Amino acid sequence: MTLFILKRLLIAFFVCLAVSAISFALMFLSGDPAIAIAGSGGRAEDAAAIRVAYGFDRPILVQYADWVWSALHGDFGQSIYFNIPVSEIIGNRIGVTLTLGFVAFAVALIVAVPLGIAAAMRPNGLIDRLALILAVTGQAIPSFWLGLMAIVVFGAWYGWVPISGTEEWQGYILPVIVLSYYALPAMMRITRSGMIDVLASDYVRAAYAKGLPAHRVIWGHALRNAVLPLVSLAAVQLGLLLSGSIVIESVFALNGMGRLAWESLLRSDLPVVQAIILLLSLLYVALTTLADIVNAMLDPRLRGGSI
Amino acid sequence: MTARSAKAPSNPVLRRILTNSGVSIGGGVLILFVLMAMLAPLLAPHDPFAQDLTRRLLPPFWHDRSVSEHLLGTDHLGRDYLSRLIFGAQVSLGVGLGVIMVAGAIGVTLGLLAGYFGGRVDMFISFIIATRLSLPIVLVALAAVAVGGASLRTLIIVMGLLLWDQFAVVTRAATQSLRSQEFIVGLRAIGASTPRILFLEILPNMRSTILVVVTLEVANVILLEAALSFLGLGVRPPTPSWGLMIAEGRDNILFDPWLIALPGSLLCLLVLAVNLFGDGMRDITGPKRK
Repeated sequence: MTLFILKRLLIAFFVCLAVSAISFALMFLSGDPAIAIAGSGGRAEDAAAIRVAYGFDRPILVQYADWVWSALHGDFGQSIYFNIPVSEIIGNRIGVTLTLGFVAFAVALIVAVPLGIAAAMRPNGLIDRLALILAVTGQAIPSFWLGLMAIVVFGAWYGWVPISGTEEWQGYILPVIVLSYYALPAMMRITRSGMIDVLASDYVRAAYAKGLPAHRVIWGHALRNAVLPLVSLAAVQLGLLLSGSIVIESVFALNGMGRLAWESLLRSDLPVVQAIILLLSLLYVALTTLADIVNAMLDPRLRGGSI
Repeated sequence: MTARSAKAPSNPVLRRILTNSGVSIGGGVLILFVLMAMLAPLLAPHDPFAQDLTRRLLPPFWHDRSVSEHLLGTDHLGRDYLSRLIFGAQVSLGVGLGVIMVAGAIGVTLGLLAGYFGGRVDMFISFIIATRLSLPIVLVALAAVAVGGASLRTLIIVMGLLLWDQFAVVTRAATQSLRSQEFIVGLRAIGASTPRILFLEILPNMRSTILVVVTLEVANVILLEAALSFLGLGVRPPTPSWGLMIAEGRDNILFDPWLIALPGSLLCLLVLAVNLFGDGMRDITGPKRK
Protein backbone atom coordinates (compact mmCIF):
# COMPACT_ATOMS: atom_id res chain seq x y z
CA MET A 1 0.00 0.00 0.00
CA THR A 2 2.76 2.46 0.94
CA LEU A 3 4.62 1.50 -2.22
CA PHE A 4 1.49 2.12 -4.28
CA ILE A 5 0.97 5.54 -2.74
CA LEU A 6 4.62 6.47 -3.25
CA LYS A 7 4.42 5.41 -6.89
CA ARG A 8 1.28 7.47 -7.47
CA LEU A 9 2.84 10.48 -5.78
CA LEU A 10 5.96 10.16 -7.93
CA ILE A 11 3.87 10.15 -11.13
CA ALA A 12 1.85 13.08 -9.82
CA PHE A 13 5.07 14.96 -9.12
CA PHE A 14 6.30 14.54 -12.70
CA VAL A 15 2.92 15.52 -14.12
CA CYS A 16 2.98 18.67 -11.98
CA LEU A 17 6.44 19.46 -13.27
CA ALA A 18 5.31 19.05 -16.90
CA VAL A 19 2.21 21.14 -16.32
CA SER A 20 4.20 23.92 -14.70
CA ALA A 21 6.60 23.92 -17.66
CA ILE A 22 3.67 24.24 -20.07
CA SER A 23 2.09 27.15 -18.21
CA PHE A 24 5.51 28.80 -17.92
CA ALA A 25 6.14 28.36 -21.65
CA LEU A 26 2.96 30.28 -22.39
CA MET A 27 4.61 33.54 -21.36
CA PHE A 28 7.42 33.05 -23.85
CA LEU A 29 5.38 31.81 -26.78
CA SER A 30 3.55 35.11 -26.75
CA GLY A 31 6.66 37.09 -27.69
CA ASP A 32 8.85 39.32 -25.60
CA PRO A 33 7.14 39.89 -22.23
CA ALA A 34 9.23 43.01 -21.62
CA ILE A 35 7.68 44.72 -24.64
CA ALA A 36 4.23 43.70 -23.46
CA ILE A 37 4.87 45.26 -20.06
CA ALA A 38 6.37 48.43 -21.56
CA GLY A 39 3.10 48.88 -23.40
CA SER A 40 2.42 50.44 -26.78
CA GLY A 41 4.13 53.70 -25.86
CA GLY A 42 7.26 52.01 -24.55
CA ARG A 43 10.68 52.79 -26.01
CA ALA A 44 13.43 50.24 -26.62
CA GLU A 45 15.32 51.53 -23.55
CA ASP A 46 12.24 50.96 -21.39
CA ALA A 47 11.95 47.38 -22.60
CA ALA A 48 15.64 46.82 -21.91
CA ALA A 49 15.28 48.23 -18.41
CA ILE A 50 12.23 46.08 -17.75
CA ARG A 51 14.09 43.04 -19.03
CA VAL A 52 16.75 43.55 -16.37
CA ALA A 53 14.30 44.56 -13.64
CA TYR A 54 12.08 41.50 -14.14
CA GLY A 55 15.02 39.20 -14.77
CA PHE A 56 14.03 38.32 -18.33
CA ASP A 57 17.67 38.58 -19.37
CA ARG A 58 18.60 35.46 -17.38
CA PRO A 59 18.77 31.96 -18.94
CA ILE A 60 15.30 30.53 -19.44
CA LEU A 61 15.86 27.53 -17.16
CA VAL A 62 16.92 29.83 -14.33
CA GLN A 63 13.79 31.90 -14.87
CA TYR A 64 11.66 28.75 -14.86
CA ALA A 65 13.24 27.45 -11.66
CA ASP A 66 12.77 30.87 -10.06
CA TRP A 67 9.12 30.98 -11.13
CA VAL A 68 8.40 27.49 -9.79
CA TRP A 69 10.23 28.27 -6.53
CA SER A 70 8.20 31.46 -6.02
CA ALA A 71 4.98 29.74 -7.03
CA LEU A 72 5.63 27.10 -4.37
CA HIS A 73 5.71 29.94 -1.87
CA GLY A 74 2.46 31.37 -3.19
CA ASP A 75 4.12 34.13 -5.20
CA PHE A 76 2.99 34.16 -8.84
CA GLY A 77 4.56 37.50 -9.72
CA GLN A 78 2.92 40.83 -10.47
CA SER A 79 -0.13 41.35 -12.64
CA ILE A 80 0.83 43.45 -15.67
CA TYR A 81 -2.57 45.09 -15.77
CA PHE A 82 -3.28 45.79 -12.08
CA ASN A 83 0.35 45.98 -10.97
CA ILE A 84 -0.41 44.12 -7.74
CA PRO A 85 0.56 40.55 -6.81
CA VAL A 86 -1.25 37.89 -8.86
CA SER A 87 -1.88 35.84 -5.72
CA GLU A 88 -3.85 38.74 -4.22
CA ILE A 89 -6.11 39.06 -7.29
CA ILE A 90 -6.71 35.32 -7.44
CA GLY A 91 -7.32 35.18 -3.69
CA ASN A 92 -10.17 37.65 -4.11
CA ARG A 93 -11.77 35.66 -6.89
CA ILE A 94 -11.17 31.99 -6.07
CA GLY A 95 -13.98 31.82 -3.50
CA VAL A 96 -16.73 32.24 -6.08
CA THR A 97 -15.25 29.54 -8.33
CA LEU A 98 -14.78 27.07 -5.49
CA THR A 99 -18.28 27.69 -4.13
CA LEU A 100 -19.82 27.28 -7.57
CA GLY A 101 -17.76 24.19 -8.40
CA PHE A 102 -18.27 22.34 -5.13
CA VAL A 103 -21.99 23.12 -4.82
CA ALA A 104 -22.60 22.09 -8.44
CA PHE A 105 -20.58 18.94 -7.83
CA ALA A 106 -22.58 18.08 -4.71
CA VAL A 107 -25.88 18.68 -6.51
CA ALA A 108 -24.80 16.53 -9.46
CA LEU A 109 -23.69 13.74 -7.15
CA ILE A 110 -26.87 13.84 -5.07
CA VAL A 111 -29.01 13.57 -8.20
CA ALA A 112 -26.81 11.25 -10.25
CA VAL A 113 -26.18 8.41 -7.78
CA PRO A 114 -29.79 7.66 -6.73
CA LEU A 115 -30.91 8.13 -10.32
CA GLY A 116 -28.23 5.76 -11.59
CA ILE A 117 -29.19 3.17 -8.96
CA ALA A 118 -32.90 3.49 -9.75
CA ALA A 119 -32.17 3.17 -13.46
CA ALA A 120 -30.04 0.06 -12.85
CA MET A 121 -32.79 -1.62 -10.81
CA ARG A 122 -35.00 -1.84 -13.87
CA PRO A 123 -33.01 -1.45 -17.10
CA ASN A 124 -35.26 -0.12 -19.86
CA GLY A 125 -37.90 0.78 -17.28
CA LEU A 126 -39.53 4.18 -17.05
CA ILE A 127 -36.90 5.73 -14.76
CA ASP A 128 -34.09 4.31 -16.87
CA ARG A 129 -35.54 5.89 -19.98
CA LEU A 130 -36.08 9.27 -18.31
CA ALA A 131 -32.53 9.13 -16.95
CA LEU A 132 -31.24 8.30 -20.42
CA ILE A 133 -33.04 11.29 -21.92
CA LEU A 134 -31.61 13.50 -19.18
CA ALA A 135 -28.12 12.18 -19.88
CA VAL A 136 -28.31 12.40 -23.65
CA THR A 137 -29.62 15.98 -23.61
CA GLY A 138 -27.15 16.96 -20.88
CA GLN A 139 -24.29 15.90 -23.11
CA ALA A 140 -25.63 17.71 -26.16
CA ILE A 141 -26.63 21.11 -24.78
CA PRO A 142 -23.75 23.59 -24.62
CA SER A 143 -23.67 24.87 -21.05
CA PHE A 144 -23.17 28.51 -22.03
CA TRP A 145 -26.26 28.37 -24.21
CA LEU A 146 -28.33 26.64 -21.52
CA GLY A 147 -27.22 29.38 -19.14
CA LEU A 148 -28.29 32.15 -21.50
CA MET A 149 -31.66 30.53 -22.17
CA ALA A 150 -32.17 30.07 -18.43
CA ILE A 151 -31.44 33.77 -17.92
CA VAL A 152 -34.02 34.68 -20.57
CA VAL A 153 -36.72 32.36 -19.25
CA PHE A 154 -36.28 32.38 -15.45
CA GLY A 155 -34.53 35.71 -15.03
CA ALA A 156 -36.22 37.98 -17.55
CA TRP A 157 -39.61 36.43 -18.35
CA TYR A 158 -40.54 35.05 -14.93
CA GLY A 159 -38.17 37.11 -12.78
CA TRP A 160 -37.69 34.26 -10.31
CA VAL A 161 -33.95 34.72 -9.90
CA PRO A 162 -31.50 37.58 -10.34
CA ILE A 163 -29.95 37.38 -13.79
CA SER A 164 -26.37 38.09 -12.77
CA GLY A 165 -24.06 38.69 -9.85
CA THR A 166 -23.65 36.92 -6.54
CA GLU A 167 -24.55 39.62 -4.05
CA GLU A 168 -27.45 37.41 -2.98
CA TRP A 169 -27.25 33.64 -2.74
CA GLN A 170 -30.06 33.36 -5.30
CA GLY A 171 -27.52 34.45 -7.89
CA TYR A 172 -25.94 31.02 -7.56
CA ILE A 173 -29.12 29.06 -8.36
CA LEU A 174 -29.01 29.12 -12.15
CA PRO A 175 -25.22 28.72 -12.50
CA VAL A 176 -25.29 25.76 -10.11
CA ILE A 177 -28.13 24.07 -11.99
CA VAL A 178 -26.51 24.59 -15.38
CA LEU A 179 -23.09 23.45 -14.21
CA SER A 180 -24.39 20.38 -12.37
CA TYR A 181 -26.49 19.38 -15.38
CA TYR A 182 -23.24 19.35 -17.34
CA ALA A 183 -21.58 16.97 -14.86
CA LEU A 184 -24.61 14.77 -14.30
CA PRO A 185 -24.70 12.46 -17.37
CA ALA A 186 -21.29 10.85 -16.94
CA MET A 187 -21.76 10.23 -13.20
CA MET A 188 -25.26 8.88 -13.71
CA ARG A 189 -24.17 6.53 -16.49
CA ILE A 190 -21.20 5.14 -14.59
CA THR A 191 -23.32 4.53 -11.47
CA ARG A 192 -25.90 2.77 -13.61
CA SER A 193 -23.50 0.51 -15.50
CA GLY A 194 -21.53 -0.25 -12.33
CA MET A 195 -24.73 -1.16 -10.50
CA ILE A 196 -25.98 -3.36 -13.33
CA ASP A 197 -22.73 -5.33 -13.29
CA VAL A 198 -22.71 -5.67 -9.52
CA LEU A 199 -26.41 -6.59 -9.21
CA ALA A 200 -25.83 -9.53 -11.55
CA SER A 201 -22.95 -10.87 -9.46
CA ASP A 202 -23.10 -13.94 -7.23
CA TYR A 203 -22.47 -12.20 -3.95
CA VAL A 204 -25.46 -9.91 -4.41
CA ARG A 205 -27.66 -12.90 -5.18
CA ALA A 206 -26.26 -14.58 -2.10
CA ALA A 207 -27.13 -11.52 -0.02
CA TYR A 208 -30.69 -11.63 -1.33
CA ALA A 209 -30.83 -15.39 -0.77
CA LYS A 210 -29.91 -15.11 2.89
CA GLY A 211 -32.93 -12.84 3.29
CA LEU A 212 -31.46 -9.35 3.54
CA PRO A 213 -33.91 -6.57 2.68
CA ALA A 214 -33.35 -4.91 -0.69
CA HIS A 215 -32.21 -1.56 0.69
CA ARG A 216 -29.46 -3.23 2.74
CA VAL A 217 -28.28 -5.24 -0.24
CA ILE A 218 -28.15 -2.17 -2.47
CA TRP A 219 -26.73 0.46 -0.11
CA GLY A 220 -24.67 -1.87 2.04
CA HIS A 221 -23.29 -4.45 -0.36
CA ALA A 222 -23.76 -3.56 -4.02
CA LEU A 223 -22.98 0.17 -3.94
CA ARG A 224 -19.62 -0.37 -2.24
CA ASN A 225 -18.31 -2.12 -5.33
CA ALA A 226 -20.26 -0.12 -7.88
CA VAL A 227 -18.85 3.07 -6.45
CA LEU A 228 -15.24 2.27 -7.40
CA PRO A 229 -15.36 3.64 -10.95
CA LEU A 230 -17.47 6.53 -9.65
CA VAL A 231 -14.70 7.69 -7.29
CA SER A 232 -12.23 8.16 -10.15
CA LEU A 233 -14.85 9.74 -12.36
CA ALA A 234 -16.03 12.07 -9.60
CA ALA A 235 -12.49 13.41 -9.16
CA VAL A 236 -12.22 14.02 -12.89
CA GLN A 237 -15.63 15.69 -12.98
CA LEU A 238 -14.86 17.98 -10.05
CA GLY A 239 -11.71 19.08 -11.86
CA LEU A 240 -13.68 19.66 -15.06
CA LEU A 241 -16.34 21.62 -13.19
CA LEU A 242 -13.79 23.95 -11.66
CA SER A 243 -12.04 24.55 -14.97
CA GLY A 244 -15.30 24.53 -16.93
CA SER A 245 -16.74 27.30 -14.81
CA ILE A 246 -14.85 29.80 -17.01
CA VAL A 247 -17.74 29.69 -19.48
CA ILE A 248 -20.48 29.74 -16.86
CA GLU A 249 -18.89 32.60 -14.94
CA SER A 250 -18.75 34.76 -18.03
CA VAL A 251 -22.37 33.93 -18.92
CA PHE A 252 -23.69 34.83 -15.47
CA ALA A 253 -21.19 37.63 -14.85
CA LEU A 254 -19.84 35.95 -11.72
CA ASN A 255 -16.58 37.38 -10.43
CA GLY A 256 -14.76 34.08 -10.16
CA MET A 257 -11.38 32.82 -11.18
CA GLY A 258 -12.58 31.60 -14.59
CA ARG A 259 -13.90 35.01 -15.57
CA LEU A 260 -10.69 36.53 -14.26
CA ALA A 261 -8.68 34.22 -16.53
CA TRP A 262 -10.78 35.18 -19.52
CA GLU A 263 -10.58 38.91 -18.84
CA SER A 264 -6.83 38.64 -18.21
CA LEU A 265 -6.40 36.91 -21.56
CA LEU A 266 -8.29 39.66 -23.36
CA ARG A 267 -5.98 42.27 -21.79
CA SER A 268 -2.83 40.14 -22.26
CA ASP A 269 -2.22 39.89 -18.53
CA LEU A 270 -0.39 36.59 -18.90
CA PRO A 271 1.04 36.15 -15.37
CA VAL A 272 -2.54 35.86 -14.11
CA VAL A 273 -3.48 33.35 -16.84
CA GLN A 274 -0.34 31.31 -16.14
CA ALA A 275 -1.08 31.15 -12.44
CA ILE A 276 -4.71 30.09 -12.98
CA ILE A 277 -3.77 27.37 -15.49
CA LEU A 278 -1.18 26.08 -13.03
CA LEU A 279 -3.58 26.16 -10.08
CA LEU A 280 -6.37 24.35 -11.95
CA SER A 281 -3.95 21.70 -13.25
CA LEU A 282 -2.43 21.09 -9.83
CA LEU A 283 -5.90 20.82 -8.36
CA TYR A 284 -6.81 18.24 -10.98
CA VAL A 285 -3.64 16.22 -10.32
CA ALA A 286 -4.29 16.33 -6.59
CA LEU A 287 -7.91 15.21 -7.02
CA THR A 288 -7.15 12.31 -9.36
CA THR A 289 -4.22 11.13 -7.25
CA LEU A 290 -6.40 11.25 -4.16
CA ALA A 291 -9.11 9.29 -5.98
CA ASP A 292 -6.61 6.58 -6.96
CA ILE A 293 -5.44 6.26 -3.38
CA VAL A 294 -9.02 6.14 -2.07
CA ASN A 295 -9.83 3.47 -4.65
CA ALA A 296 -6.84 1.41 -3.59
CA MET A 297 -8.02 1.63 0.00
CA LEU A 298 -11.52 0.52 -0.99
CA ASP A 299 -10.34 -2.27 -3.26
CA PRO A 300 -7.11 -4.13 -2.45
CA ARG A 301 -7.07 -5.66 -5.92
CA LEU A 302 -6.08 -2.31 -7.43
CA ARG A 303 -2.91 -1.98 -5.39
CA GLY A 304 -0.84 -4.46 -7.35
CA GLY A 305 -1.39 -3.06 -10.85
CA SER A 306 1.00 -0.73 -12.59
CA ILE A 307 0.08 2.98 -12.64
CA MET B 1 -36.44 5.56 -46.62
CA THR B 2 -38.68 3.54 -48.96
CA ALA B 3 -35.71 2.39 -50.99
CA ARG B 4 -34.01 1.22 -47.81
CA SER B 5 -36.90 -0.74 -46.39
CA ALA B 6 -37.91 -2.25 -49.73
CA LYS B 7 -35.10 -4.76 -49.63
CA ALA B 8 -33.74 -6.07 -46.35
CA PRO B 9 -29.95 -5.98 -46.58
CA SER B 10 -28.29 -9.35 -46.40
CA ASN B 11 -25.16 -7.95 -44.73
CA PRO B 12 -25.67 -8.58 -40.97
CA VAL B 13 -23.73 -5.47 -39.92
CA LEU B 14 -25.73 -3.28 -42.29
CA ARG B 15 -28.96 -4.80 -40.99
CA ARG B 16 -27.96 -4.05 -37.43
CA ILE B 17 -27.11 -0.49 -38.43
CA LEU B 18 -30.52 0.01 -39.99
CA THR B 19 -32.42 -1.57 -37.12
CA ASN B 20 -30.56 0.40 -34.43
CA SER B 21 -32.73 3.47 -33.99
CA GLY B 22 -29.91 5.61 -32.56
CA VAL B 23 -27.68 4.99 -35.53
CA SER B 24 -30.37 5.47 -38.16
CA ILE B 25 -31.98 8.56 -36.62
CA GLY B 26 -28.69 10.11 -35.57
CA GLY B 27 -27.08 9.22 -38.88
CA GLY B 28 -30.05 10.58 -40.83
CA VAL B 29 -29.96 13.93 -39.05
CA LEU B 30 -26.19 14.02 -39.43
CA ILE B 31 -26.51 13.50 -43.19
CA LEU B 32 -28.96 16.41 -43.33
CA PHE B 33 -26.41 18.63 -41.58
CA VAL B 34 -23.64 17.49 -43.92
CA LEU B 35 -25.85 18.24 -46.93
CA MET B 36 -26.69 21.63 -45.44
CA ALA B 37 -22.99 22.42 -45.10
CA MET B 38 -22.04 21.19 -48.57
CA LEU B 39 -24.96 22.81 -50.37
CA ALA B 40 -24.88 26.02 -48.30
CA PRO B 41 -24.22 28.33 -51.29
CA LEU B 42 -27.26 26.84 -53.07
CA LEU B 43 -29.57 26.67 -50.05
CA ALA B 44 -28.90 30.08 -48.52
CA PRO B 45 -31.39 32.67 -49.81
CA HIS B 46 -28.96 35.57 -49.19
CA ASP B 47 -25.28 36.35 -48.92
CA PRO B 48 -24.45 35.53 -45.26
CA PHE B 49 -22.02 38.47 -45.12
CA ALA B 50 -24.20 41.13 -46.79
CA GLN B 51 -25.14 43.82 -44.27
CA ASP B 52 -28.19 46.03 -44.50
CA LEU B 53 -28.32 48.47 -41.61
CA THR B 54 -31.81 49.64 -42.57
CA ARG B 55 -33.11 46.13 -41.82
CA ARG B 56 -31.51 45.34 -38.49
CA LEU B 57 -32.94 42.82 -36.01
CA LEU B 58 -35.95 41.75 -38.04
CA PRO B 59 -37.84 38.96 -36.23
CA PRO B 60 -38.47 35.44 -37.64
CA PHE B 61 -41.59 34.45 -39.59
CA TRP B 62 -43.82 33.62 -36.60
CA HIS B 63 -43.62 37.23 -35.48
CA ASP B 64 -45.97 40.05 -36.58
CA ARG B 65 -43.19 42.41 -37.65
CA SER B 66 -41.49 39.78 -39.80
CA VAL B 67 -40.55 40.31 -43.43
CA SER B 68 -41.16 37.45 -45.83
CA GLU B 69 -37.83 38.08 -47.54
CA HIS B 70 -35.95 37.17 -44.34
CA LEU B 71 -37.59 33.96 -43.14
CA LEU B 72 -35.67 33.77 -39.85
CA GLY B 73 -35.11 37.52 -39.52
CA THR B 74 -31.83 39.43 -39.47
CA ASP B 75 -29.06 40.03 -36.93
CA HIS B 76 -27.72 43.26 -35.43
CA LEU B 77 -26.01 44.16 -38.73
CA GLY B 78 -29.01 43.32 -40.89
CA ARG B 79 -27.53 40.07 -42.22
CA ASP B 80 -29.99 37.32 -43.17
CA TYR B 81 -30.13 34.93 -40.21
CA LEU B 82 -31.23 31.86 -42.12
CA SER B 83 -28.30 32.17 -44.51
CA ARG B 84 -25.86 32.62 -41.63
CA LEU B 85 -27.30 29.58 -39.83
CA ILE B 86 -26.90 27.47 -42.98
CA PHE B 87 -23.30 28.57 -43.49
CA GLY B 88 -22.65 27.98 -39.79
CA ALA B 89 -22.93 24.25 -40.43
CA GLN B 90 -19.80 24.53 -42.60
CA VAL B 91 -17.81 25.98 -39.71
CA SER B 92 -18.98 23.42 -37.13
CA LEU B 93 -18.47 20.38 -39.35
CA GLY B 94 -15.33 21.74 -41.01
CA VAL B 95 -13.62 22.50 -37.72
CA GLY B 96 -14.86 19.17 -36.35
CA LEU B 97 -13.34 17.25 -39.26
CA GLY B 98 -10.07 19.19 -39.26
CA VAL B 99 -9.52 18.83 -35.53
CA ILE B 100 -10.32 15.11 -35.62
CA MET B 101 -7.70 14.54 -38.29
CA VAL B 102 -5.01 16.28 -36.22
CA ALA B 103 -6.13 14.75 -32.93
CA GLY B 104 -6.66 11.30 -34.44
CA ALA B 105 -3.20 11.23 -36.00
CA ILE B 106 -1.54 12.18 -32.70
CA GLY B 107 -3.68 10.02 -30.45
CA VAL B 108 -3.71 6.89 -32.59
CA THR B 109 0.08 6.99 -33.09
CA LEU B 110 0.74 7.45 -29.38
CA GLY B 111 -1.77 4.73 -28.50
CA LEU B 112 -0.27 2.25 -30.98
CA LEU B 113 3.25 2.84 -29.68
CA ALA B 114 2.23 2.62 -26.02
CA GLY B 115 0.12 -0.49 -26.51
CA TYR B 116 2.58 -2.33 -28.76
CA PHE B 117 5.85 -1.68 -26.99
CA GLY B 118 4.61 -1.54 -23.40
CA GLY B 119 7.24 -1.07 -20.70
CA ARG B 120 9.04 2.25 -20.65
CA VAL B 121 7.42 3.53 -23.85
CA ASP B 122 4.02 2.84 -22.34
CA MET B 123 4.99 4.54 -19.10
CA PHE B 124 6.23 7.62 -20.90
CA ILE B 125 3.16 7.91 -23.13
CA SER B 126 0.83 7.32 -20.18
CA PHE B 127 2.65 10.18 -18.50
CA ILE B 128 2.01 12.43 -21.53
CA ILE B 129 -1.67 11.44 -21.45
CA ALA B 130 -1.87 12.20 -17.71
CA THR B 131 -0.27 15.60 -18.28
CA ARG B 132 -2.66 16.43 -21.09
CA LEU B 133 -5.68 15.36 -18.99
CA SER B 134 -4.68 17.61 -16.11
CA LEU B 135 -4.62 20.75 -18.27
CA PRO B 136 -7.86 22.76 -18.22
CA ILE B 137 -8.60 22.58 -21.95
CA VAL B 138 -10.95 25.54 -22.37
CA LEU B 139 -8.47 27.85 -20.68
CA VAL B 140 -5.38 26.44 -22.39
CA ALA B 141 -7.11 26.55 -25.77
CA LEU B 142 -8.17 30.16 -25.17
CA ALA B 143 -4.64 31.09 -24.11
CA ALA B 144 -3.04 29.27 -27.05
CA VAL B 145 -5.37 30.93 -29.55
CA ALA B 146 -4.76 34.32 -27.94
CA VAL B 147 -1.01 33.75 -28.15
CA GLY B 148 -0.90 32.04 -31.53
CA GLY B 149 -3.13 34.51 -33.32
CA ALA B 150 -6.74 33.77 -34.10
CA SER B 151 -7.04 32.16 -37.50
CA LEU B 152 -9.11 29.13 -38.40
CA ARG B 153 -5.89 27.16 -38.94
CA THR B 154 -4.49 28.04 -35.51
CA LEU B 155 -7.81 27.14 -33.93
CA ILE B 156 -7.85 23.72 -35.59
CA ILE B 157 -4.22 22.96 -34.68
CA VAL B 158 -4.64 24.10 -31.06
CA MET B 159 -7.79 22.02 -30.57
CA GLY B 160 -6.17 19.06 -32.33
CA LEU B 161 -3.18 19.26 -29.99
CA LEU B 162 -5.52 19.21 -27.01
CA LEU B 163 -8.23 16.68 -27.87
CA TRP B 164 -6.25 13.53 -28.78
CA ASP B 165 -6.47 11.88 -25.34
CA GLN B 166 -9.46 9.63 -26.03
CA PHE B 167 -7.86 8.33 -29.24
CA ALA B 168 -4.68 7.49 -27.35
CA VAL B 169 -6.46 5.78 -24.46
CA VAL B 170 -8.72 3.67 -26.67
CA THR B 171 -6.04 2.78 -29.23
CA ARG B 172 -3.62 1.83 -26.46
CA ALA B 173 -6.10 -0.61 -24.91
CA ALA B 174 -7.08 -2.09 -28.27
CA THR B 175 -3.44 -2.54 -29.29
CA GLN B 176 -2.62 -4.25 -26.02
CA SER B 177 -5.26 -6.88 -26.66
CA LEU B 178 -4.21 -7.38 -30.31
CA ARG B 179 -0.48 -7.49 -29.63
CA SER B 180 -0.37 -11.04 -28.34
CA GLN B 181 -2.74 -12.50 -30.93
CA GLU B 182 -1.39 -15.23 -33.14
CA PHE B 183 -1.40 -13.37 -36.45
CA ILE B 184 0.70 -10.56 -34.97
CA VAL B 185 3.10 -13.00 -33.30
CA GLY B 186 3.35 -14.81 -36.63
CA LEU B 187 4.09 -11.60 -38.51
CA ARG B 188 6.84 -10.79 -36.05
CA ALA B 189 8.25 -14.29 -36.55
CA ILE B 190 8.49 -13.87 -40.34
CA GLY B 191 10.31 -10.58 -39.79
CA ALA B 192 7.67 -7.99 -40.71
CA SER B 193 8.81 -4.47 -39.88
CA THR B 194 7.31 -2.73 -36.84
CA PRO B 195 5.69 0.15 -38.81
CA ARG B 196 4.10 -2.46 -41.08
CA ILE B 197 2.70 -4.40 -38.15
CA LEU B 198 1.45 -1.25 -36.45
CA PHE B 199 -0.12 0.62 -39.35
CA LEU B 200 -1.02 -2.13 -41.85
CA GLU B 201 -2.01 -4.98 -39.53
CA ILE B 202 -3.04 -3.68 -36.10
CA LEU B 203 -4.58 -0.38 -37.17
CA PRO B 204 -7.02 -1.82 -39.75
CA ASN B 205 -8.21 -4.27 -37.10
CA MET B 206 -9.56 -1.53 -34.89
CA ARG B 207 -11.24 0.59 -37.55
CA SER B 208 -14.64 0.33 -35.94
CA THR B 209 -13.33 1.18 -32.46
CA ILE B 210 -11.61 4.27 -33.81
CA LEU B 211 -14.70 5.24 -35.81
CA VAL B 212 -16.69 5.32 -32.57
CA VAL B 213 -14.08 7.57 -30.93
CA VAL B 214 -14.14 9.79 -34.02
CA THR B 215 -17.88 10.39 -33.82
CA LEU B 216 -17.96 10.94 -30.06
CA GLU B 217 -14.98 13.28 -30.26
CA VAL B 218 -16.51 15.26 -33.15
CA ALA B 219 -19.30 16.14 -30.73
CA ASN B 220 -16.75 17.39 -28.20
CA VAL B 221 -14.92 19.42 -30.82
CA ILE B 222 -18.14 21.08 -32.01
CA LEU B 223 -19.05 22.04 -28.44
CA LEU B 224 -15.55 23.34 -27.68
CA GLU B 225 -15.42 25.38 -30.90
CA ALA B 226 -18.77 26.91 -30.02
CA ALA B 227 -17.59 27.74 -26.49
CA LEU B 228 -14.32 29.28 -27.71
CA SER B 229 -16.13 31.31 -30.37
CA PHE B 230 -18.68 32.37 -27.78
CA LEU B 231 -15.86 33.66 -25.57
CA GLY B 232 -14.51 35.65 -28.50
CA LEU B 233 -11.32 33.66 -29.03
CA GLY B 234 -12.44 31.07 -31.55
CA VAL B 235 -13.79 31.71 -35.02
CA ARG B 236 -13.48 35.40 -35.91
CA PRO B 237 -16.24 37.66 -37.17
CA PRO B 238 -17.72 37.95 -39.73
CA THR B 239 -17.48 34.16 -40.22
CA PRO B 240 -20.87 32.66 -39.35
CA SER B 241 -20.14 30.26 -36.47
CA TRP B 242 -23.08 29.27 -34.29
CA GLY B 243 -21.11 29.91 -31.10
CA LEU B 244 -20.11 33.35 -32.34
CA MET B 245 -23.70 34.10 -33.39
CA ILE B 246 -24.83 33.31 -29.84
CA ALA B 247 -22.21 35.73 -28.51
CA GLU B 248 -23.32 38.43 -30.97
CA GLY B 249 -26.96 37.93 -30.08
CA ARG B 250 -26.22 38.27 -26.39
CA ASP B 251 -26.58 42.05 -26.31
CA ASN B 252 -30.14 41.75 -27.58
CA ILE B 253 -30.94 38.69 -25.51
CA LEU B 254 -33.96 40.12 -23.69
CA PHE B 255 -35.79 41.59 -26.65
CA ASP B 256 -34.70 39.29 -29.46
CA PRO B 257 -34.09 35.93 -27.76
CA TRP B 258 -34.38 34.01 -31.05
CA LEU B 259 -30.94 35.36 -31.96
CA ILE B 260 -29.46 32.95 -29.44
CA ALA B 261 -32.25 30.37 -29.43
CA LEU B 262 -31.86 29.47 -33.13
CA PRO B 263 -28.10 28.84 -33.41
CA GLY B 264 -28.13 27.12 -30.00
CA SER B 265 -30.89 24.75 -31.07
CA LEU B 266 -29.00 23.79 -34.21
CA LEU B 267 -25.90 23.20 -32.10
CA CYS B 268 -27.84 20.91 -29.73
CA LEU B 269 -29.47 19.05 -32.61
CA LEU B 270 -26.15 18.44 -34.37
CA VAL B 271 -24.35 17.29 -31.21
CA LEU B 272 -27.31 15.12 -30.25
CA ALA B 273 -27.30 13.48 -33.70
CA VAL B 274 -23.55 12.87 -33.57
CA ASN B 275 -23.80 11.39 -30.05
CA LEU B 276 -26.75 9.15 -30.93
CA PHE B 277 -24.87 7.90 -33.98
CA GLY B 278 -21.67 7.31 -32.00
CA ASP B 279 -23.39 5.57 -29.08
CA GLY B 280 -25.33 3.36 -31.48
CA MET B 281 -22.18 2.46 -33.40
CA ARG B 282 -20.49 1.53 -30.14
CA ASP B 283 -23.37 -0.80 -29.29
CA ILE B 284 -23.22 -2.41 -32.73
CA THR B 285 -19.48 -2.80 -33.07
CA GLY B 286 -18.52 -3.32 -29.43
CA PRO B 287 -17.73 -6.88 -28.37
CA LYS B 288 -20.32 -6.65 -25.59
CA ARG B 289 -22.73 -4.03 -24.35
CA LYS B 290 -21.66 -2.17 -21.30
